[in-house]
Amino acid sequence: MTLRIGNTVGESRAPADLPVRPTAPKPKPKPKPQGFDGYWPWLFVLPTLLGVLGFYIWPIIQTGYLSFTETGPFGGEEFIGLDNYQTMLSDENVGQALINTLVYTAIVLAGIPIALLMANLVNQPGLRFASFYRVLFFMPYIAMPTAVALVWRMIYNGDFGILNWILSLVGIDGPYWTSTPGFAIVSVGIVGMWASLGFGIIILGAALKNISPDYYEAAQLDGATKWKQFTAITVPLVTPSLFFVTIISVINGFQLFDLLYAIMGQYNPALVQSQSLVYIFYNQAFIQNDKGYAAAIGMLILVVIGIVTFFQFRMQKKWVNYV
Amino acid sequence: MRKITTLAPLALVAALALTSCSAPAASDEALTEESTASISYAIWDENQVPALEANIAGFNETYPGIEVKIDLTPWAQYWTKLQTQASGDTLPDVFWMNGPNFQLYAANDQLEPMTNLIDDGEIDPANYVDVLNDLYSFDNVQYGMPKDFDTVALWYNKAILAEAGVGIPDDTWTWEDFGTAAKTVSDNLADQGIYGVATGLTGGQEGYYNTILQAGGHVLSEDGTQSGYDDPKTIRGLQFWADLIADGSSPSLQQLSDTPHNAWFTSSKTAFFWSGTWSVSELAAASNTLDLNVAPLPRDEKQATVIHGVANVVSANSSNKAAAQAFQAYLGGEEAQTLQAEMGAANPAFIGSGQAFLDSVEHFDLQVFIDEADNYAYPFPVSKDTAAWSTIENELLPQAFSGARSVEDVADELATRMNEALAKE
Repeated sequence: MTLRIGNTVGESRAPADLPVRPTAPKPKPKPKPQGFDGYWPWLFVLPTLLGVLGFYIWPIIQTGYLSFTETGPFGGEEFIGLDNYQTMLSDENVGQALINTLVYTAIVLAGIPIALLMANLVNQPGLRFASFYRVLFFMPYIAMPTAVALVWRMIYNGDFGILNWILSLVGIDGPYWTSTPGFAIVSVGIVGMWASLGFGIIILGAALKNISPDYYEAAQLDGATKWKQFTAITVPLVTPSLFFVTIISVINGFQLFDLLYAIMGQYNPALVQSQSLVYIFYNQAFIQNDKGYAAAIGMLILVVIGIVTFFQFRMQKKWVNYV
Repeated sequence: MRKITTLAPLALVAALALTSCSAPAASDEALTEESTASISYAIWDENQVPALEANIAGFNETYPGIEVKIDLTPWAQYWTKLQTQASGDTLPDVFWMNGPNFQLYAANDQLEPMTNLIDDGEIDPANYVDVLNDLYSFDNVQYGMPKDFDTVALWYNKAILAEAGVGIPDDTWTWEDFGTAAKTVSDNLADQGIYGVATGLTGGQEGYYNTILQAGGHVLSEDGTQSGYDDPKTIRGLQFWADLIADGSSPSLQQLSDTPHNAWFTSSKTAFFWSGTWSVSELAAASNTLDLNVAPLPRDEKQATVIHGVANVVSANSSNKAAAQAFQAYLGGEEAQTLQAEMGAANPAFIGSGQAFLDSVEHFDLQVFIDEADNYAYPFPVSKDTAAWSTIENELLPQAFSGARSVEDVADELATRMNEALAKE
């Protein structure tokens, strides 16, 4: 925490953040065993616990097991050790898919600064129709990905799309956005970024509202410009929310499937060069019926997301400010 | 960004919920008019529900105690769901099957043979197109009751052909005639953005499977163990499409990806469209429908089209097998299939019951499809694990059609990888 503006810091803290300091010592009626509340908190978490165990943990364990087997379309697995993982290492499509997934995730992450700027604009005091803008920006996030994809397919259409028509007005001959290798994954990434802006704006907007106006007043008295206020007050104080949005965006980015599937379509000559990891997983599991190999790819996705998220949590100490 | 990984367990739960209610009933006892049972019938085409409900009503006239429940699953989820059901021994009693998936289910003992129906004389395979009986037979045992069939023909737009000064296609047309006609349209009407031909080149049914056969080549050897893609005649069948794209007679693969082939044709942006029986209802409803008609495919070494059709199959693990088989047999009968045609649901597989299909759209010469089936239809190529090599086709062939690599080169790699996949079966 590098920010120090007078003595307002202490006052602006949310009451919940303050350690509970009892003003007077309360009489203790009975000594209780520390940290034990009886069995019945378990009763309350049981429904959720069963759901998580049954629908997340157990499938993960099973997928882990399947990844060491050769499993046909109707089950009947046969243990084959690390064969699936060996195949995966030599499968150039998997390497390409990993790169594509990283490119997509990077583009989606690039949307977070934009979301912060827009959240800041929407939260300007005295802005008219502020909640209208918020609804407007959030709309793509709640729209069905396939519906979003269909609209963008029309925009990107190489012959009849509005994007290439606009480019043609300034003399640029636009490419076939979704069916040229290289362009395709970037085009999908831009849609992903656009569609997730609303999420960032809502979360970061809520964080902005929690910043006490006192900071800005104090900064103004000291003669700080709007931009200086943004970089020295707003950004450091929303870092916990930025961290949250980053984690969620990275996880969502790595799970890219439906947007790619719907935007590229099945007749796309660039499909092989533009697959994501989950797309390959789907293709192996449900089109090619090689469920063992698909499980190995699923484990790869799990491990990659796990590692990236672990490092993000390690790195947060360097840049996230918890007031 | 919905998580695909969470969908599989959900599908399983859905499958359990859907099938747990089928009542246990006397299974292998002889069926009488008093028999009671409840069977499920899984299909993927919503448009055919009314016709199938009419079929069920007809079936109930004989067996009033057997309740048939239609279980409709959209195409996109149909096979995923069916596989999940098969893994849990909860397959529907009767369900639709297609060619590419048939051997997979038959080889894994998921399907009930029709041997007893044929031996009892309830079904006479001679009433159905031979190729379809073969398509649904595995190790010389027939499992599938052909329901309908589709062949591929040459759709054309009269108005565009007249404007470009090209004659109407007929059954004397060779590849050369077709190529010249398509090129002429593209050249003469380039200023309107109109091309000669658009065809689906992902999957071979509409395009290259037909030209491969016409050139005298083959996709799969007769015993289903060897790829035919290294046969020079097969390569000639692929070259046909690469040439059409290279000389501008057809939109490029990228254009066909951005705007699908059927949209080009229904928007009057192409003169020709290679497609099958299944396009009849779409083209009858198109805004330019009165300009459209259909002719036999052009010939090379010979005339040829692939034929494919849906079949009704019975689950090997059905708890109401007798009732399920009685329903399967009824669906294959002349009465049920004629009704299907009359209600415009499908072109029936029962030979001679298709008159209603022919009459369904007066301005289309639909007899073409029937004649093709009778005279020069070849089976849709399938093996035990069709999906394993059709994925390779879709991965490699675009490189040939787009001109990025030579057709020989791609076909050679395709043959090698397809043989590896076939060896694993």
